[in-house]
Amino acid sequence: MSEKKVIPAGATWKEIPVAGIIPTAGTAQEFKTGDWRTRKPIHDEKKCINCLRCWIYCPDASIMVKDGKVIGIDYDHCKGCGICANVCPDKVKALTMIAQSEEE
Amino acid sequence: MKIRHSLTGNEAMAEAMRQINPDVVAAYPITPQTEIVQLFSNSVADGKVNTEFVTVESEHSAMSATIGASAAGARAMTATSANGLAYMWEVVYIAASMRLPIVMPVVNRALSGPINIHCDHSDTMGARDSGWIQIYSENSQEAYDNLIQAMRVAEHSEIQLPVMVCMDGFIISHGMEVIEMEDDDTVRKFIGEHKANYSLLDVKNPITMGPLDLQDFYFEHKKQQAEAMKNSAAVIRDVAKEWEKLTGRSYDMIEEYRMEDAEIAIVAIGSATGTAKVVIDGLREKGVKAGLVKIRVFRPFPKEEIAKALANTKAVAIMDRAESFADFGGPLFRDIRASLYDHDVRPKMVSYVYGLGGRDVMPEDIASVYADLERLVKGEQLPMLNHLGVRE
Ligand code: SF4
Ligand code: SF4
Repeated sequence: MSEKKVIPAGATWKEIPVAGIIPTAGTAQEFKTGDWRTRKPIHDEKKCINCLRCWIYCPDASIMVKDGKVIGIDYDHCKGCGICANVCPDKVKALTMIAQSEEE
Repeated sequence: MKIRHSLTGNEAMAEAMRQINPDVVAAYPITPQTEIVQLFSNSVADGKVNTEFVTVESEHSAMSATIGASAAGARAMTATSANGLAYMWEVVYIAASMRLPIVMPVVNRALSGPINIHCDHSDTMGARDSGWIQIYSENSQEAYDNLIQAMRVAEHSEIQLPVMVCMDGFIISHGMEVIEMEDDDTVRKFIGEHKANYSLLDVKNPITMGPLDLQDFYFEHKKQQAEAMKNSAAVIRDVAKEWEKLTGRSYDMIEEYRMEDAEIAIVAIGSATGTAKVVIDGLREKGVKAGLVKIRVFRPFPKEEIAKALANTKAVAIMDRAESFADFGGPLFRDIRASLYDHDVRPKMVSYVYGLGGRDVMPEDIASVYADLERLVKGEQLPMLNHLGVRE
């Protein structure tokens, strides 16, 4: 795989790949895109049965999992859509959505 | 080795495509282009090419599939006319902005209505700002030669722009002529292997193409496109020189016909230029210093060449086979007028819109334009915009 190269803001037309091509994969890791979230999921480790439904359904790969266990939420990328909380089994409900402002 | 063949323009284009042997062709039929892809699909069925031929449900899909194939790194082609080109409009721009080296024959036809299937340039003239290189052909021979050269121009690693190779519907597409073809090997060697700068199917080097591009970089990408278009002129000339070495047939951005000492001149595109040459020969015998500038490459616009060719003329008629409905002449007229703006000495210049919807342009029509130009030189006034051959 070619080396990841981040294009700095303010780069000139001569310095950027043509046609907006992003010539490497995984560049989204470099960008914190969670800052326009209005709601956020809170994970309750004690209730969680680690079924990993939330991990499967999260459209932004923001459920962090290690050794088959949910270890937290990547708030740098989570958009607050609430899908994870919705798919968490009714009898468990280990994810609750709160307003982003509540936390501040 | 040269092979002489009697071919229609469509057959010549289909033969060129067979020799190019593209990886993917996605196409939808439309008169008068249909025959090109129909004949090419014969070559596919007969195993003469290795092309994946995709029959699609519309021109929008034809261009979309061609774009997909090209983005995957394939040498991809399609062909169209008039309303077909109009139907693929939004993706025509995408092909250029994604810098995909797609080559597309366009058989020029009126963009209706009322419904008309015959030749004019209203289809491709509308696409002149889409970011595609545009090369026009006077006859079948040029259509063949232009299509092969276009492949090299489009795929040049510094250019990476799509190319429309245009020829006049029916007049050329369905008119039979003897043309010289090169053998398959010569053509394949000339165009070489296609090495895409990027490929979406290269799983070892995953990339993203066509991402969201907003205020911070979009403008820079447009600048790159403009720059590639600017640089393509030199590549078009180099490729033409190489083709000439191989075939003896020479090409440039424009062709000057008896312009050395011309006092009056016509500038035109496509099949009408052949008619004009005959008229010029007749006028020359009578001592009239008439000449012709034929536009082969319309995008990028050969502004310097045109200005130079017209510098010493007294009066020029710009012939457009498309009406712009601007009340300011056709697109070629306006571009040529603008090309001469910075020059101190400028000829008088009038616009002739002609041949719309396939209306024949006869030698007498062209002769009448030269007669008008002679009157203009003598100091008579002419309207700036004229519709040649329309019944008054
Ligand atoms: S709220 Fe949406 S984006 Fe955030 S972790 Fe849940 S599913 Fe993913
Ligand atoms: S869906 Fe609920 S229970 Fe299942 S892993 Fe996610 S948080 Fe835990």
